Amino acid sequence: MKKYQCPDCSYIYDEAVGHEHEGYEPGTRFEDLPEDFACPACFVREKEDFVPLESDSITSDCAKNKNSVVRSLKK
Amino acid sequence: MKTVTFDSPTQGTISYTDKKRGLWWMSALYPLFPITGLVLHGLTGIELMLLVPMVAAYICVPLFDYLLGEDLSNPPEEVVAQLEQDRYYSRLLYLAVPLHFITFFAAVYWIVTQDLSMAGYLILAVGAGMTSGLGINTGHELGHKTDPLSRLMAKIVLAVPGYGHFCLEHNAGHHRHVATPEDTASSKMGENIYAFALREIPGGFKRAWQLEKVRLQRKGKSMWSPSNELLQSYAITAVIQISLLIAFGWMLLPFLIIHNFLAWWQLTSANYIEHYGLLREKKANGSYERCQPHHSWNSNHVFSNLLLYHLERHSDHHAHPTRHYQSLRNFEDVPALPNGYFGAYLMAYCPPIWFAVMNPRLLNLQHIQGDLSKVNILPGKREAMEQKYASLVAA
Repeated sequence: MKKYQCPDCSYIYDEAVGHEHEGYEPGTRFEDLPEDFACPACFVREKEDFVPLESDSITSDCAKNKNSVVRSLKK
Repeated sequence: MKTVTFDSPTQGTISYTDKKRGLWWMSALYPLFPITGLVLHGLTGIELMLLVPMVAAYICVPLFDYLLGEDLSNPPEEVVAQLEQDRYYSRLLYLAVPLHFITFFAAVYWIVTQDLSMAGYLILAVGAGMTSGLGINTGHELGHKTDPLSRLMAKIVLAVPGYGHFCLEHNAGHHRHVATPEDTASSKMGENIYAFALREIPGGFKRAWQLEKVRLQRKGKSMWSPSNELLQSYAITAVIQISLLIAFGWMLLPFLIIHNFLAWWQLTSANYIEHYGLLREKKANGSYERCQPHHSWNSNHVFSNLLLYHLERHSDHHAHPTRHYQSLRNFEDVPALPNGYFGAYLMAYCPPIWFAVMNPRLLNLQHIQGDLSKVNILPGKREAMEQKYASLVAA
């Protein structure tokens, strides 16, 4: 099972999970998604834009920023 | 005031204080403002006082936008994740949802308890509808979130004017096809707002139902199943508005029709000014280039942005739709409206003024420079535009 990431909003399509709300059952392979599949989070990137993830690493700058954020809210 | 900091391995500690943080209450509380019209009417007995919220929206807000000018500041990219995790901003969105219901029911109360003239009745219905149009903006910001609570709140607030199909149509329809001739929610050069409304309102409704039909088919469900998210929101509308008709009779029917239509019209107004004439280039394979900041008309006017959860920073919103309102950015050299949205609406309602101001502005954009092939133009208007703006159109 592979994962593919939206290059704009960092949404990850995980084949093992699918996307229930959009009607893609767990186990639905990325290549079996319809050709007009759009990112179900931002809708502005399409199937051809998604980036395969080699491992569990998250590749986009946006996601890097989100994951490495240092929580330091100060009054 | 809160300061957020980010420990960057290369730049040291980056600190940022959002100066607009406390001012976002303006967006949350603005839905209550029309109640001032009711209070002033009650205190003075003068029905024209019901016009106060509209005068404030269409005269005071554009004036404040002109006087206070623009805010060009952006949060540092490194702290955006923290800003977006700060629940304060989303709580202000949630707060606005019940306030829309309060204003709606206050208007209904006023209609059924006061002996209003026909003019007073109409003013109140129009004002209430405009406020519920503002509710579509609240639903818009909530509907772009991916968490279930925000999406539920969006459905609820969109139920006030019976526009429950908006989220699906907007996200999966408008955002995906924005600034293309196929998008019913992107206005074309030479198209006036009234003609646009006749294309946009039914077009959005039809597209939302088509999208929901396809989604439900994938799930093996009927269009009429309880999983239909459009029906879920419409059901709330039906319960509220039918209950009101049963309780107070047919005297409320014109109010509800005018109220609902005016709310939809507010959205139409926003859609009209947000992408007028802008066009994404078609690639060799027939698909369009991805949406860039220059595919939306932007406004950094601070006052109206503070009333609309930064909706007017539309360039960043369309380029990156999941970005939260508090972190939307200004970009250099993007199409810019001459005033905030309320001032721009006034221009749009008078098409000769809109065309006189916006057509030259459109043709002079850096990425267009008079090239009509880069403009989303109304079919059949090209020749007329070439003649009218001969000095601006590239040979």
